[in-house]
Amino acid sequence: MPPSSVSTVTPWWRNRRLIPWIVQAAVGLVVLVVVAFLVGNLVRNLTAAGLLLSWSWLGNPAGFDVSETLLPFDASLPYWRALLAGLVNTLRVVLLGLVGATLLGTAVGIASFSSNGLLKRLARIYVELIRNIPLLLQLVFWYFVVFLALPNGTSAIQLPGLVLAKSGLYLAWFSDLWHLQWQGPHLDGGVWHAPLRLTVEFGALLTGLVVYTAAFIAEVVRGGVASVPKGQWEAANSLGFNPLQTLQRIVLPQALRVIVPGLNSQYISLAKNSSLAVACGYADLYSVAETTLNQTGRAVEVVLVLLGSYLVIDLVISALMNGLNHLVQLKER
Amino acid sequence: MRTALPSTPLQRLRRELFSSPLDGLISIGLIGFLLAVVIALVKWALFQAQWAVLQANSTLFAVGRYPLEQQWRLWLLTTLLVAATGLSWGLLRGLPRLDRVHPLWPRNDRIAVAVVLALALLAPLFLKLSWAIQLRWWLEAALLVATRWAAGRWASLVPPPARRLAPLIWPLLYFAGMVLISGGLGLIQVSPSEWGGLLLTLVESSFAILLCFPLGILLALGRRSELPLLRWSSVVYIEFIRGAPLITLLFLGQNILGFLLPGGLAPDRVWRAAWVLTFFAAAYVAEAVRAGLASLPKGQLEAARSLGLPLPQALIHVVLPQALRVALPATVGQFISLLQDTTLLSLIGLLDLLGTARTVMANPAFLGRNAEVYLVLALLFWCCCAALGLGSRALETRLNPTANSAL
Repeated sequence: MPPSSVSTVTPWWRNRRLIPWIVQAAVGLVVLVVVAFLVGNLVRNLTAAGLLLSWSWLGNPAGFDVSETLLPFDASLPYWRALLAGLVNTLRVVLLGLVGATLLGTAVGIASFSSNGLLKRLARIYVELIRNIPLLLQLVFWYFVVFLALPNGTSAIQLPGLVLAKSGLYLAWFSDLWHLQWQGPHLDGGVWHAPLRLTVEFGALLTGLVVYTAAFIAEVVRGGVASVPKGQWEAANSLGFNPLQTLQRIVLPQALRVIVPGLNSQYISLAKNSSLAVACGYADLYSVAETTLNQTGRAVEVVLVLLGSYLVIDLVISALMNGLNHLVQLKER
Repeated sequence: MRTALPSTPLQRLRRELFSSPLDGLISIGLIGFLLAVVIALVKWALFQAQWAVLQANSTLFAVGRYPLEQQWRLWLLTTLLVAATGLSWGLLRGLPRLDRVHPLWPRNDRIAVAVVLALALLAPLFLKLSWAIQLRWWLEAALLVATRWAAGRWASLVPPPARRLAPLIWPLLYFAGMVLISGGLGLIQVSPSEWGGLLLTLVESSFAILLCFPLGILLALGRRSELPLLRWSSVVYIEFIRGAPLITLLFLGQNILGFLLPGGLAPDRVWRAAWVLTFFAAAYVAEAVRAGLASLPKGQLEAARSLGLPLPQALIHVVLPQALRVALPATVGQFISLLQDTTLLSLIGLLDLLGTARTVMANPAFLGRNAEVYLVLALLFWCCCAALGLGSRALETRLNPTANSAL
């Protein structure tokens, strides 16, 4: 703000240097009063309820089970182990979801530039269909309508290296990493066995998150590719590049500069959306936290743990994507 | 469209689908796939699906456990809304911007009327509503078309002061609607815990959409302010909200809000959720508006200030009208996701559309009827969101200062 000529006759309420300070003081006062009011109430009410902030309950035995954990867990282990198991479950679905959504989203985004009119239109329909239906509705649809309706035993859906049954998703994997022994799913007494088994809850959540986020990523990719001038395609074509080479060597490196920042926000929303896992019965961080609150009544601590964990996940994704962004940006010398 | 190539439909089909052997293969594969999906879906919908789950629970899905003897209030509200919609629609078409040529009945409007009439005719039949209720829906549709026709026809007869006051019917109607729904002013109170289904979804989303917009604008202005305290408090608020999943914030609202306010002051569970949705959406709207503000050249504000306009007036008359026009698509995008986010209320035990669906499904009589209910809900949400998107695009064209297109 340019310094105004302060003359002696300027009254204080029109003083350009004073007004900002008055406004700030007023805003600061209001914020302070509101925060003090809320915190004061919080402390008073928590003291009255005997729930003043404490973390020692985290060491008490949880007494509930967390289904499908990567870390060994049983009901006699303390609450913090339960929350940790939930966090690991969240990270697992987020990591796989990021990979899946990126692959599917990129494919759909590029399909919208296909020379095939049908494929192009189908890609648009996919995006418009998925984006206008709430994610939670899609998750319950995948879980209750698709995955819980899968048949069991011999009538299960068998794909090469993958069996989809109501009792779980069975994947081919190395049964013995040392000797590189590959083993597919096999039926044994009416029950499927495989080196890698995922629950239908996990499968439904992962499918829902991937299909939903891919629609948004497809839009980001489409925008990125569209931002590369058409002349680039034509020039590459006249130099003898085939379409795939053009995409790979000419267009994508330029498009990535637009795509990566857009991906960042989609990745963060995928991480946040994974908290809807509770709708399809998957024990992620939020679902464990909800059970913990119901058992302990420690609302403030549980909410702090939740907010803190998601904030850290968001920040890590942002930091990684900013690093990637740095790599793909035009190097100016 | 984009090419000047010769195009009989057959040639166009050939160019788009079979321009090369690979394209042909892809097309044939996709056509087969699409046919299989459509045939399976139609077969399922006609022969396997049992629609009784929707027919038996249509009232529950529409209004929840709203007391039967008070439902006339909702009918009255619907009628008022329909009349106001027809009126605004007709006035909008009957009074085009002075710089535009605009037909009274553009093609889109004729399509919209056809869709509304078809829906009013078919949806009640499909839901097997009683004749009395079916008749009411027909009358509502007829009222919409009639008010649209009358307002468009005689729009130019409306005196200019009345034209300027016309948009005011909407806020008035909103307050009237809230009174009609919740009671007061001589009407019997209906507790929010008895609202449900579509009614609850619409109340929550409209409340949050209306309030988050001004809040978001204030936050965006705060974030771009030159005063550090204002800027930093806005930044902290926006980033805090955007860093947390909505479900954890709803969880916070249900479990901690009671501790944050003095005893008895904390609102009802339904209103708690509405406030959380509002504060949540405000942070996202703020980012959309901020992008709009950033797109304006700095000279706009400086010019307005140097003409002697005080800052608030410069913002209201010069900066915001331009910034909000740029921010419109992103803001409506946020409104659409807010409408979708109301489904999360079902996770904290409220009976919105999805929550109602989950309770209905828990009834043994309707066990396993998931597909029917969820597909219909998906269709409903899809239509609402797509309509909002279309409306946003229409508004963009109307507000666009240069484009001279008839919508």
